[in-house]
Amino acid sequence: MDHPAATATARPAPVDFDVDSEQYHHWRVTFDGPVARLAMTVDPASPLREGYELKLNSYDLGVDIELADVIRRMRFEHPEVRVVMLTSGTDRVFCAGANINMLGLSTHAWKVNFCKFTNETRCEIEEATKSSNQVYLAACNGTTAGGGYELALACEEIYLQDDGNSAVSLPEVPLLGVLPGTGGLTRLVDKRMVRRDRADVFSTTAEGMRGKKAVAWGLVDAVYPRSKFEEKTAERAKAWVAKASKDLAPGERKGVKLPALAPEVDETGRRYKYVTLAYDTSARTASLTIQAPTQADVDIVKKGVDAIYAAGAELWALRVYRELDDALLHLRVNHYDLGLILVRAVGDAQLTLDHDAALVSVKDQHWFVREVLLHMGRVLRRMDNTSRSFFALGDGGTAFAGNLAELAFAADRFYVLDDPDQPVKIGLSEFNEGGLPMHNGRTRLQTRFIGEPETLEALIGMRELLDPEPADDAGLVTMVFDDIDWEDDIRIAIEERVSLSPDALTGMEQNLRFAGPESPESKIYARLTAWQNWIFIRPNATGPEGALTLYGRPERPQFDWNRV
Amino acid sequence: MTTTVDLQSKIPNNVGLSDDPKLQRALERWLPNYLEWWHDMGPTDFEDKPVYLRTAISVERGGWANYEHVRMPDYRWGIFLTPRDGDPTLKCGDDVGAPAWLDVPGEHRNALRRIIVTQADTEPASVEQQRLLGHSAPSLYDLRNLFQVNVEEGRHLWAMVYLLHKHFGRDGRDEADELLQRRSGDVDKPRILQAFNQPCDHWLSFFSFTMFTDRDGKFQLGALAESGFDPLARTTQFMLTEEAHHLFVGETGLGRIIQRSAELEKQDPNGDVRAQGGIDFDLIQRTINYWYTYSLDLFGGEISSNASNFFASGLKGRFHEGRFEDHKAIVGEYALKVVENGKLVVRDVPLRNAMNEILRDSYVTDCERAMAKWNKILVEFGSPRRLTLPSRRFHRHQGIYQGHFFNPAGEFISEEVFREHEPQWLLVPEDNDYLLSIMKPCYEPGKFANWIAPPRKGINSQPGEFEYVRL
Repeated sequence: MDHPAATATARPAPVDFDVDSEQYHHWRVTFDGPVARLAMTVDPASPLREGYELKLNSYDLGVDIELADVIRRMRFEHPEVRVVMLTSGTDRVFCAGANINMLGLSTHAWKVNFCKFTNETRCEIEEATKSSNQVYLAACNGTTAGGGYELALACEEIYLQDDGNSAVSLPEVPLLGVLPGTGGLTRLVDKRMVRRDRADVFSTTAEGMRGKKAVAWGLVDAVYPRSKFEEKTAERAKAWVAKASKDLAPGERKGVKLPALAPEVDETGRRYKYVTLAYDTSARTASLTIQAPTQADVDIVKKGVDAIYAAGAELWALRVYRELDDALLHLRVNHYDLGLILVRAVGDAQLTLDHDAALVSVKDQHWFVREVLLHMGRVLRRMDNTSRSFFALGDGGTAFAGNLAELAFAADRFYVLDDPDQPVKIGLSEFNEGGLPMHNGRTRLQTRFIGEPETLEALIGMRELLDPEPADDAGLVTMVFDDIDWEDDIRIAIEERVSLSPDALTGMEQNLRFAGPESPESKIYARLTAWQNWIFIRPNATGPEGALTLYGRPERPQFDWNRV
Repeated sequence: MTTTVDLQSKIPNNVGLSDDPKLQRALERWLPNYLEWWHDMGPTDFEDKPVYLRTAISVERGGWANYEHVRMPDYRWGIFLTPRDGDPTLKCGDDVGAPAWLDVPGEHRNALRRIIVTQADTEPASVEQQRLLGHSAPSLYDLRNLFQVNVEEGRHLWAMVYLLHKHFGRDGRDEADELLQRRSGDVDKPRILQAFNQPCDHWLSFFSFTMFTDRDGKFQLGALAESGFDPLARTTQFMLTEEAHHLFVGETGLGRIIQRSAELEKQDPNGDVRAQGGIDFDLIQRTINYWYTYSLDLFGGEISSNASNFFASGLKGRFHEGRFEDHKAIVGEYALKVVENGKLVVRDVPLRNAMNEILRDSYVTDCERAMAKWNKILVEFGSPRRLTLPSRRFHRHQGIYQGHFFNPAGEFISEEVFREHEPQWLLVPEDNDYLLSIMKPCYEPGKFANWIAPPRKGINSQPGEFEYVRL
């Protein structure tokens, strides 16, 4: 007999990233012309998993999935909004950060993926502020602790209620023996440029800082008395509306709805309109297939911004990247066991280049086009940050050209078939030269050719399609196999890859993917996150006597005093 | 600063103040601000009146109780630590029996500062809450008691500020300054704990406050008297001797009102206390419900990792820790009624995490004792009425019962039912109007307002007509 309840307990339902925007559990969004108010009102009784309550506006992955949804929709569905005032709808507490009981109950993999997703969401807040004329401001109307302050740090300015009690704090080190790992330490010194010695004092003072001292140390931008808080923050919002209304992208500021993706889902995979994710559990791999634009898709773009705008969420460039995003998130959180992702972009390479050329030619003519491009960039960065091996497979019928070639450059290896019976073409568009940057602000080709500037130079402006051999000569391909070798070599490459230590591969890939300079954003992933993930598995945090394990329990942590 | 305050003559102490120039400098800077705060926020309009006050001038036997008429701004706020025999040790926690800390251990600096500041903040807060009461005092005896409570709360502030100045460096001085900047009930600079922001504008509230809210102080001070930070333990130990008087004022004050109401009930042909200008029992019960529950909140969350940490590290013990057998409390559980899926169920909580609740238990027991005493008065004076303490789940703004609705018996009810009965259970604005209407000052020596009975005995055995305050 089937016992659905028993099954559900044994294996929790997969996490769904496509949430119902009409019924957020944890956020209240209200609009007043160009100002949106985003109030955190976490429902303690609606955690994503059983076993903990989301008290005091603390968050788990479910709360953050909703936040990411709000931020994305704000850009597409509310282009009239210039300022988003992030505040709390819960009395006396802005946000208490990540839920500690949830962290204590979670596996290492869950913690890591949770932190990664929340980091990406905070980076999206900053990108909206910087690139979409949607400025996020934090109105901290109560205790702002840990992840709560990190959330505020992602905003352009931070206002703290001055009531003798409300403080900003990063208590992770003194209380939990872990790091403020959602960008906290990085943004403190790299974004707000708080002096490092002060940042040191602040990050080891569990109760944090409040009032004038918080302003003097640069931890917040202003403090306002409780009775004037609404009024003063509203004034700031007004001032920022004026600032953010300059240099607006053209186009009628009427939103584009993002309907649910509604893929077909079963145990073998997820099938979207343009993207298919198929699991091969026994081989520990998944196939990720992306459909290139058709002639009809290209025609829409060629007609210009009115047709693009009219296509809305069905526009190929928006839809396909939304689907890819959803597929990547599912892989991360619901399929830990699939270590190698085989990526294929299928369709017509020339049409893809035509599509890109047409889209790039109108990129400054409409806010919607701009948002579509920013979104493409975000999804590709999500791929850069995904701790799976990616092999791009350029065999017959594939179209790794233009924006889709970025998938191959984001992948760890790019194999191409050289078979006259199944011609494969590879080509570049303006997107490979800019517009879809990595976290450090550079293109994937710049990163790829960091030691070969002349190779990169030769590719700039090249718009013709290349056959496999010339593509290989141009440095775009890892290896080219002919039809005799292809099948065996690819099989062996896959089998070899999945036999290696997943941990070592994650570490190796993350070190190889990001050559070149760092940015604050890339430091969050490369430095802060890496240290946090190390600390997460150390006994001082998560051992039986570790601080994170024992938080809220009667025993006190016992540290191993040796520095490592 | 150009003026030098002769601290030694003004500040009785046993902490070697005259040999501690660093501490002198800190207090010298703080003293004018304190006096200014007292002038602005202390009792209104009675600054030049001599009041028969008790002053602590030493820790010797009887040294804490010297009576004389003084003007309140001239009161000598002293600093005293209860003397200690032998080498103090940690009274509880993982390292029980290890030497106590004579100086602040760096590891616990922030936690200790927080404990001290939270305790300290309550002291000036209550003075602020009570500042207008002198204008409606029912007698000179009560007026004097009010002022005694006020100056001693002021001294308790001094005691805490001493610790901040002496042991917590610049942060401590900043915190001491902020203690004078927060204001009870101020929307922008409220006091830290909610009960200390509630208005206390008539004498029924004053007695309830000193009965219930100051009694929280007794148990907090008692728990801190078990602290491994020796100066804190000794300071709070000394404060307890004064706190006892505040509780006496509250408990006997309510007792005298209850007695008087019973007398008026009997006098009135219909048993109507209000018709005789007294305070009816329903109103007394509502007041008890209100202040008792706000005071329960002061003990903090029922399940608390802070409380656990404080106990585990020996910073704060239980009330009379010495009477417990196991001072580590690392094993064992506390059966706590918690709300789960809209129902009350009993859950076992690790003992250390339940330390707030254990302290609250001691408090509830003490309040029940007083309640029995008042009901005995009712029996003695022939009233059929009995007063009760509401359930600790009723009307809570803190902890696991917050956000749920219970009736005074502690049973789950809907918000709707709660709102419907609220005016019968808790103070309403009309209550205040009525109380203010009957509370006219009574300043004639030996006379008492109609709504309260005289005390059984005078302060320091003074006769009934004694002029406690020279107006």
